[in-house]
Amino acid sequence: MSHLLEIHDLEVKFALRTGDIIAIDGVDLTLDRGETLGLVGESGAGKSVTGFSIINLISKPGYISKGKILFNGDEISSYPDKKMREIRGNKISMIFQDPMMTLNPVFTIGTQMIETLLAHKNISKKEATKIALEKLKKVQIPSPGTRLNQYPHELSGGMRQRIIIAIALITDPQIIIADEPTTALDVTIQAEIMDLLQELCETDNMALILITHDLAVVSQVTEKIAVMYAGKIIESGLTHEVISNPKHPYTIGLINSIPGSTKPGEKLQQIPGMMPTLSEIPSGCAFNPRCTEKKEICETIIPEPKKTDSGSIVSCHMR
Amino acid sequence: MKSSLQKFKESYFLYSFKRDKVAMASFIAILIFIALAITAPWIAPMNPYDSNNIDIMNSEIAPSWTKGGQADFPLGTDNMGRDMLSTMLYGLRTSIMIGIGAVSLQALIGIFMGLSAGYLGGKTDAILMRIADIQFSFPYLMLAILVGAIFQIVFGISRYEQLAVPLLILIIGFAEWPMYARTIRASVMREKNKEYVEAAKVIGLSKPVIMVRHVLPNSLTSLMVISTIQIANAVMSEAALSFLGLGMPVTMPSLGSLIRSGFDYIFSGSWWITVFPGILLILFVLAINLLGDWLRDVLNPKLYKD
Repeated sequence: MSHLLEIHDLEVKFALRTGDIIAIDGVDLTLDRGETLGLVGESGAGKSVTGFSIINLISKPGYISKGKILFNGDEISSYPDKKMREIRGNKISMIFQDPMMTLNPVFTIGTQMIETLLAHKNISKKEATKIALEKLKKVQIPSPGTRLNQYPHELSGGMRQRIIIAIALITDPQIIIADEPTTALDVTIQAEIMDLLQELCETDNMALILITHDLAVVSQVTEKIAVMYAGKIIESGLTHEVISNPKHPYTIGLINSIPGSTKPGEKLQQIPGMMPTLSEIPSGCAFNPRCTEKKEICETIIPEPKKTDSGSIVSCHMR
Repeated sequence: MKSSLQKFKESYFLYSFKRDKVAMASFIAILIFIALAITAPWIAPMNPYDSNNIDIMNSEIAPSWTKGGQADFPLGTDNMGRDMLSTMLYGLRTSIMIGIGAVSLQALIGIFMGLSAGYLGGKTDAILMRIADIQFSFPYLMLAILVGAIFQIVFGISRYEQLAVPLLILIIGFAEWPMYARTIRASVMREKNKEYVEAAKVIGLSKPVIMVRHVLPNSLTSLMVISTIQIANAVMSEAALSFLGLGMPVTMPSLGSLIRSGFDYIFSGSWWITVFPGILLILFVLAINLLGDWLRDVLNPKLYKD
């Protein structure tokens, strides 16, 4: 059986006045039904662009220049906009970072939920309201009937993110792409929202792509992980393998810089330097200027992905 | 659960309205003017459009409280022997009709152009906004003379009387739509980068749906403010056109054409023909502008202070 989602050799370019720059450079990913995948990396690594390219909504001047994206075996990356709209929000949903901004301030929660349903399904308003109510219950919102008639500003941040999840769920999608869904929320709410997402994926057999820079969250929630750096996936595999036995120097650095692995009083660990801007990616391995294990070969030859003994795939000359 | 009426009763909007005496007074004044305009055919002492009611012997009678006034004509009569009060009520009716009609037309064109330009951006934006610029640089008086002349040739001067109202609506509507287009465009450009628009794209809505259902309602605030100001402007424009003889004919006077017809007699002592319609016009425009001013303050969240 084919995979639910396959990304082959995806390349995304941004056409700037000074010339094209490559934001995503040869990304391969697969996702099966009910699977959870964590997409990790620093800001600017290309995580969100990967997420947006799946639903073909990269903001201008970005465009997919190479590669293809298959959804249930169909090449959706070549779909025209009209056909793609039937998939967006229907089969593949997306959740954004900031719940304060994602809801339209002038409409009630109910209106916005029903709108998504009516855009995709041929049902009456009454039925749509019923489904909306059901989904609100599912995301554990207290007194869902009242919420339907409330405006976004009347709700708290955590509540709003639940609503957004409910909207994403409303058409029973097969994939949810969550782009840093908990970054704007405080820590206690973060855990609740992540638990909720995980639970929903299990009960509804939904696949989840979790885009985040928070390794702790990924290690708790996801089964698979892909670490991105400067538009490439540099390490991928099963989450517990990669977290407990990281191979790539960048992944090792990321894991070491989690505050929990430092003793009180010690200085926090960090990876020296900054991610290169996309227009000035160094030759060879993009990570080489910051790498602790750098050799000469790293500056000239781009490392190919290799399978390691633990089963994860790593792009590094030293492994 | 609160009903929308209850919500309105508790809103900041109503609260600030009740505390602002100027806003209340101007709102009441506008309501009275509109009520007068609508009921003019029933409350006016005579119908100034019906020549059977007009007697030239009654012309230029002074207001009733001055020397030579008659109780039949409380505000006197004009140069054709029409009762001033009735003529002014009918004139107010015409002026308001043209004002609202012209603003509706402006809003229709302006919203369409501004929304498309702002949301679609790029070449569409450039082309539509240049059209707006061209329209703006074209003096509306010139447009009025041109269109008026063409109308009179095509339909004949005798029919001009019936066509004057729609003609003025068209002229003022076309002359001022760029105001709307620019305001809407600015606010759409601000709104379109917000995340709820992104979210609307992600749930698979089409561009026109996002534009009309999501972006436009968020731009309504500026629309409301500009609409009040534009109605006042349109009424003034109509008065100006009529004063120049390019607007309503003397047989169907608006406030502007009344002021104009009285202007010829002002030095012979018949001041009331010009002064009364003038006062009415000023009061009406002032009330709209004051209400618009208050609306702008109240709808601007940056000014929420105490």
